[in-house]
Amino acid sequence: MKIFKKDKTKKITNERSLEIERERSNKSTSSSSSSSSSNQSSTKLRIFRINAIQNPNDVPHFDEFQVPVKRWTTVLDALLDAKSYQDSSIGIRYSCRMASCGSCGMKINGIPRLACYTKISDLDTNTITCEPLPNFPYIRDLVTDFSQFFAHHRSVMPFIQNKKADIPDVNELSEYEQSPQDLDKFLQFSYCIKCGLCYSACPTVATDLKFPGPQALSQAYRYYADSRDSDKSNRLKVIDTSHGIWRCHFAGSCSNVCPKGVDPALGIQLLRSHLLGISNSEKKIAKLQDRSNNNSYREELEEEEEEEK
Amino acid sequence: MTSDSIKNNRNKNKNLTKWFSDISFLRESQIMKIHYITGVGALFVVAIHIMMRLIMPFNMSLEFENVILNYKNIFYALLLESILVLIAIHGFNGLRVILLELRQTQIWERAVNILVIVAMIGIIAYGTRTIIIANGFSLG
Repeated sequence: MKIFKKDKTKKITNERSLEIERERSNKSTSSSSSSSSSNQSSTKLRIFRINAIQNPNDVPHFDEFQVPVKRWTTVLDALLDAKSYQDSSIGIRYSCRMASCGSCGMKINGIPRLACYTKISDLDTNTITCEPLPNFPYIRDLVTDFSQFFAHHRSVMPFIQNKKADIPDVNELSEYEQSPQDLDKFLQFSYCIKCGLCYSACPTVATDLKFPGPQALSQAYRYYADSRDSDKSNRLKVIDTSHGIWRCHFAGSCSNVCPKGVDPALGIQLLRSHLLGISNSEKKIAKLQDRSNNNSYREELEEEEEEEK
Repeated sequence: MTSDSIKNNRNKNKNLTKWFSDISFLRESQIMKIHYITGVGALFVVAIHIMMRLIMPFNMSLEFENVILNYKNIFYALLLESILVLIAIHGFNGLRVILLELRQTQIWERAVNILVIVAMIGIIAYGTRTIIIANGFSLG
């Protein structure tokens, strides 16, 4: 009886496994059919159009294009598809297609984003509206003029200045040593790709053109916090004006839109605390890190000694 | 008056206007430091002022005799004066910051700075005069 029972249970399990396999195969066929249908789906692109340089009387308007879309299609892919097969006069600026150059910044469905870094499937909508970045003058269609933005960036002297640098021989390659703790103070701000998304999202830039913007200010902090730089006072003088760092309302939208995870709002607040002379927070952080590193090093040494014993 | 003395006077006036309008004797960070300190200070003295109102029923505290009595108390008069000064500095600097964002021309900036400083001094002077008169001193 026992053997018979076992056989029966085996039969039941076999039947069950067969059923599960059938369900799985059905699911896979249905999903493949749905994926094939999604592969064939299309989306509507609404593109902002203006060509004020050629036609000074040109009125801004939106052109609509139906574009084929796959799961992995980015907004830049869709724009290039429309440019290749429907209207070659669409003006787009792009280069690397991998969120490294920061050329393809535009307002996509109302939010400043990189077109190459925004997948259409992530937007959850059938209509995608592409507009030029706000707070920048138009050149043509989605291409904007970055000269003011770069002028602000240049004004904060985004380079290391150190006349007393300990370089033994200028003609030979030499190292300028920096501790990991010192690097941590500004590392995240050095990831900026100058795409202008933070500048376009900033509400202060929208009203005050003399305001340097989150990008320039965070770069000012990046070089201010660099232990190799010695010209800190001059950089602070540039930003400590009536239209400088103090006009930031701390809306935080710059940090929200940054595609590289930089937090310009944090840089601005740290610079402000330095200007007020009330904080050396990153020095404290560095000291704490140093202490914890030393402690862990000591613990490792003690463990090694115990093992030797 | 000779033309030289007229020129000198004009230059003096220009320098005075520039001094007022640029507020070049203070950096923006120093102005903002004053702004934050006066803000916190105002919060503190206004809290004391409101608590003083609760010593007696609120309606009674606003009766003429009680108000005059308050003014005649030297410590209370000093408290009112400090409220006036702190709020005037903090408020008018806030107004200056708002107005500076509206336009970015040099003339506008200078006009705003002069207007704000003059209005602030005017309000502090008028309020101080009221406190002094209510305190029992006559101003002639």
